[in-house]
Amino acid sequence: MVHGEAWTIKEFFTYPNEYIYWSIQIVMYPLMTGLVAGAFVLSSLYHVFERKELKKMAKFSLTFSYALLLSAPLPLLFHLLHPLRGLNVFFTPHFTSAIAAFGVVFFSYAAIVASEIWFVNRRLFVESALRLRGAEGIGNKVKGFVYRMCSLGAYDLSDEAIRKDERAVRFLAGLGIPVACFLHGYAGFIFGSVKANALWMTPLMPVIFIMSAIVSGIALCMLTYIIVVELRRFRLNRGRKPWMSSPEARGTEMNAIKMTSKYLVFFMLFAVSLELLDLVFRGYTAVKHWDILRTVIYERDFFSIFVLQYGLGNLLPLVIFLLPGLTLKRAVAGLILVLLGVFMMRWNVVIGGQSFSLTLSGYMHYNIPVIPRDFETYKEGVFGALTIAASPFVFLWILNKLIPVIEE
Amino acid sequence: MISRREFLRLGLAASAGIGLSAFAARAYSGKGRTPRWVFLVDTYKCVGCGLCVRACKLENEIPYEVNATRTWVERYVVKKDGVVVADAPLGARDGFTRNDPQGIIVPDADIAKAFFVPKLCNQCTNPPCVQVCPVGATYQSPDGVVLVDRTWCIGCGYCIMACPYGMRFFHPLYKTAEKCNFCYHRLSAGMKPACVDACPFGARLIGDMKDENDPVANIIRTERVTVLKEEFGTKPNVYYLNYDSVIR
Repeated sequence: MVHGEAWTIKEFFTYPNEYIYWSIQIVMYPLMTGLVAGAFVLSSLYHVFERKELKKMAKFSLTFSYALLLSAPLPLLFHLLHPLRGLNVFFTPHFTSAIAAFGVVFFSYAAIVASEIWFVNRRLFVESALRLRGAEGIGNKVKGFVYRMCSLGAYDLSDEAIRKDERAVRFLAGLGIPVACFLHGYAGFIFGSVKANALWMTPLMPVIFIMSAIVSGIALCMLTYIIVVELRRFRLNRGRKPWMSSPEARGTEMNAIKMTSKYLVFFMLFAVSLELLDLVFRGYTAVKHWDILRTVIYERDFFSIFVLQYGLGNLLPLVIFLLPGLTLKRAVAGLILVLLGVFMMRWNVVIGGQSFSLTLSGYMHYNIPVIPRDFETYKEGVFGALTIAASPFVFLWILNKLIPVIEE
Repeated sequence: MISRREFLRLGLAASAGIGLSAFAARAYSGKGRTPRWVFLVDTYKCVGCGLCVRACKLENEIPYEVNATRTWVERYVVKKDGVVVADAPLGARDGFTRNDPQGIIVPDADIAKAFFVPKLCNQCTNPPCVQVCPVGATYQSPDGVVLVDRTWCIGCGYCIMACPYGMRFFHPLYKTAEKCNFCYHRLSAGMKPACVDACPFGARLIGDMKDENDPVANIIRTERVTVLKEEFGTKPNVYYLNYDSVIR
């Protein structure tokens, strides 16, 4: 069986080799890079623009951004038919290809985020390394060793040194914003530059992707932050060991949530406006492929575009966040809907773009594999996507062992 | 005893002589000239027998039962009310033996015109598949044929997405991008592509655009021919005689 045949249903006149080649993992890929970019921008709002109310959220989202960054290449590796050859992109990058830029952009960005995390946490590394020097027990010895390694031998904690750290953090946070936008903008470029695809090809694609990336990153950071903090409080109240991080319990700061949700709404309005502009423009100009695009957008994918993406994913959260008296539960509901909206946007772009034939006279339907029959249907199915979705939380859990993401 | 100066003088003269004679031999044999392969499809001559598709599958080791093919034939039935019904079941591997486009029986009386259109890779002068390959595993040979390196392709599928003609697919065994390459192994051995040799009606022809005396190239130069989907700016090298605007 040829790749793609297992989950593609073809209708009317399609070319013989046409299948849904880019499936759920390519939906996950821009979703993950988007979350990386968004989480970083959120942390930079504090570091660069000095939004004091975002201080705690900033540290959390910076570490989370790194956890997400580690997950970002996984969907690509899951998607490749020759994952072991993935490194060829670094050996022989063919720079006329948007994907070839991935290695360069990814590692530059990873270096920036890792450096920023180091500067933000240097005091913690040094203090922990000193505290654990000569400590008893194998666990403490290993921890001490890891912290000593992380300190990179820079033990100077004088006021002057700390001030330099802060300056470096501000510089890196500022530098990281354009790089994060580039990382995700180029993911949009991967789609927007495919001239063969009538739905993808628009210069607005990178900008739409960046805006929705920031929305998704902020939403996931807020949601995870709320869950982490609330779970900690819940556990502490029962007299058990705190979950994820140290000292005393304190509830999620509603002020920070309200402030962050304002940024969320701002970026969401921007993203939705651009998407609608694109839609209106296509309808108004109505070039050759509009006939088939219209049937896809308004008929076949109506539910996933207008109900799930725009209705539940954009309009409803806007109402939730704009109505006065925001509560924590309402915020959580709104954030989940925002994430659903961004996921559906990615889905409608990636899968929607392949749901009509290059003949402009036929359709293809993506029948996502649920129960895996073999490794391929696992990778390109629901469980593959869930594996990818779970991975940043695993990385965050590991990172949290080293750098507590929530400090009092 | 030969002096150093004499040795260098003789050595230079000898190598210049060898180089010159090698160049002359090459120029005389015509092997130094790089062709520019072009393909000509005459849709009037195609009867939809599917022999070309079968020959291609055999020649290029594309499993017979797999629903993907390097070349195919499309059937267009234009009804009197203007409705176009087109299909290419299994790429026309088994030929068109019944009047049932898309499984619908169209009465002869309703048909305004009907014809077959063979399709194959256009070996574009400006190939989008080559542009988007992140590792350079797909590339253009000096004679214009777009090739795939099966040992280097990572299987990302970007080239498949980029081709406006839907030519590419993943080889079911090698799991790498696969496409028509005008049977490059045959061209290199002085033979014609398998589909050209298999076509009993001469609907498929290959020629060398750089050869002034090439009969196929001369048809392209002197007749009214067209290429597919010109609007994508790919500059295809497969030309069609007797094209119709309903062709996709």
